[in-house]
Amino acid sequence: MTTRPAADENLAAKLPDETLRKWLRDMLLIREFEVRTMQAYQNRLIGGFCHIYVGQEAVAVGALAALEPTDPIITAYRDHGHALARGMDPKYCMAEMFGRIGGCAKGKGGSMHMFDKPHHMYGGHGIVGAQCPLAAGLAFARKYTDEVIENRASTGVAMCFLGDGALNQGAFHEAMNLAGVLHLPVIYVVENNGYAMGTSVARGTTMAHELTAKAAAYGIDATSLDGMDVMEVYNGMKPIVDRCRRSVQPAFVEARTYRYKGHSMSDPRKYRTKDEEQQYEAQDPIEKLAGFLMSERKFAEADYDSLAKAVRTQVREARQWTDLSPPPDIEELYTDVYADAWGPYHGTSLPLMMKDTQQE
Amino acid sequence: MSRQIEYRDALREAMSEEMRRDPRVFLMGEEVAQYNGAYKVSRGMLEEFGPQRVVDTPISETGFTGLAVGAAMMGLRPIIEFMSWSFSLVAADQILNNAPKMLYMSGGQFGCPIVFRGNNGAGGQLGSTHSWCVESLYANVPGLKMAIPFDPYDAKGLLKTAVRDDNPVFFLESERLLSVKGEVPEEEYLVPFQQALIRRPGADCTIVSFGRPLYFCLEAAQALAEDGIECEVIDGRTIRPLDIETIVESVRKTNYCVVVDQSWPFASVGAEIASQVHERCFDDLDNHVARVHADDVPPPYAYNLEQEMLPNARKICEAVRSVTYNA
Ligand SMILES: Cc1ncc(C[n+]2csc(CCOP(=O)(O)OP(=O)(O)O)c2C)c(N)n1
Ligand SMILES: [Mg+2]
Repeated sequence: MTTRPAADENLAAKLPDETLRKWLRDMLLIREFEVRTMQAYQNRLIGGFCHIYVGQEAVAVGALAALEPTDPIITAYRDHGHALARGMDPKYCMAEMFGRIGGCAKGKGGSMHMFDKPHHMYGGHGIVGAQCPLAAGLAFARKYTDEVIENRASTGVAMCFLGDGALNQGAFHEAMNLAGVLHLPVIYVVENNGYAMGTSVARGTTMAHELTAKAAAYGIDATSLDGMDVMEVYNGMKPIVDRCRRSVQPAFVEARTYRYKGHSMSDPRKYRTKDEEQQYEAQDPIEKLAGFLMSERKFAEADYDSLAKAVRTQVREARQWTDLSPPPDIEELYTDVYADAWGPYHGTSLPLMMKDTQQE
Repeated sequence: MSRQIEYRDALREAMSEEMRRDPRVFLMGEEVAQYNGAYKVSRGMLEEFGPQRVVDTPISETGFTGLAVGAAMMGLRPIIEFMSWSFSLVAADQILNNAPKMLYMSGGQFGCPIVFRGNNGAGGQLGSTHSWCVESLYANVPGLKMAIPFDPYDAKGLLKTAVRDDNPVFFLESERLLSVKGEVPEEEYLVPFQQALIRRPGADCTIVSFGRPLYFCLEAAQALAEDGIECEVIDGRTIRPLDIETIVESVRKTNYCVVVDQSWPFASVGAEIASQVHERCFDDLDNHVARVHADDVPPPYAYNLEQEMLPNARKICEAVRSVTYNA
């Protein structure tokens, strides 16, 4: 195993304007979406637990940019950003949180459980660390399908996002060990935002100053990178993804980031200082990329404004669409329990999201 | 044509046939490959299918059951062997929180066609930690199916059905039955779910059970017949879905019912069946439904204590006599 330097080369700087603008747009979309989500939550239009991704946008956007769109991904409950960055229409994401039939899971999953089959997103998982073994299974299935069923070399990579708090769960460690012994092409991306609820990473885990040490125990290649800079995330991630795919081996990545908001909507953030928050907000990933585009790529204030306006419109439309989507029929309570129908259960029906993609 | 084979061989035949039929099916678990299975159920499968399809894992139940859930979400059809269902407890989050709920939480997008299988129930003086009867504990959860084979014929036929089912199936075998021999056809066959079987016909009292305790029920029925009490012994075969119709039909005929369930009495499968029979057969019953369970204590080690704790023919006879006293 090796601990690799974050980025050998500025790969992102060589990408066309169009790609970098798309990243900026995606990050702006996530932020706007989350701002409107918080408003809706405060207005009691969204129930349950709701975890906001503001501040961490560069991680999902940069990491997913390094994958093929068909590579499976999976994450924890702070999942709106990953869903949007993967391509889920914000209307399905918003409607899910509102508990409407138009939601990606017909209102049966909620904020913490965003699933999107057309975009190869395998959830949104509410139990800390529980998605880690599933990710090993996604990688296993991709590899098995290629090697055993299709009789060709393995071509896939699975990506699993987890919080720093999940590092302390048995499920994470079992998954890392299995990925190692079974040679699974899965990348565990720890979004180290400094806290698991109110527990700082140093209070929760050993070697907090060097989380790549966790991977060393499993003989898995590890990298730590700046998660507040989308270009750095991509620069670090792209070679890792390529290597995992080629060598059919796992990897571990720490993305150092920060959540600007509380853990969930009810968190008064007493465990950290305003100073600390301001320090991170000063390294804002959206401003950083906008700054790069302006200084290097002839991107003007007006271009930025028009992107910002476009995402505002998109999210407003998602809200309007959500308002028009009715709550699920009571009948829906009894579908999707079993794949077939028996007893009180009526078998399954497709979510609108999948019907729409099939039409497209 | 049929021949006599062991319960463990019937299980292996089911897995091997299904793996030949469908390349998406694979077997994973501790010691399943190179060691030929802790209980030799998977003997020889590594040679036939190779290490990609018969996969040894470390002692890591959370890890490999979760891996199976992910693989099933992507369309594979894993068979996961637990050395014992007692060890499934450390994977409870994966098998109860993930597998049976994924279809629902994803609004129908991702299902979990997995078979979790292994030994269930007291083995033989294994003590409290290793003698779990998980049927009542797990049957409470919607989204899963549960099958309990009684003999080699059902071991094979039910397991093949389980592998073809699109839902997670909890398949509860018994270490005490692995060497039991029975008739199994040469030709392919499946045993459908939710189809209870009358193992012994009788007109005086219905006895309902699943899996290993059925042997005690049949023993009790034999003894009672000598005293002129003819019991109808019903093998439920699957707990979810439950074939309550066959049970109800029998009780309407006998007017008496005893449920034998090797799990603890409180909030159990036995309690559920008794409740359903009371609901459906209120006017047909000549007494309340009696239940025989494992005693409400942790499984002991000592031979005599363990035997006394489990359902046995004596307790079943007592229950039948006590409910039918007014016949
Ligand atoms: C097994 C389990 N225990 C506790 C919780 C409650 N909980 C939800 S999120 C969380 C903190 C996790 O923090 P981290 O993994 O760092 O992710 P972040 O919230 O920072 O994205 C806790 C304790 C849970 N969901 N699951
Ligand atoms: Mg955290």
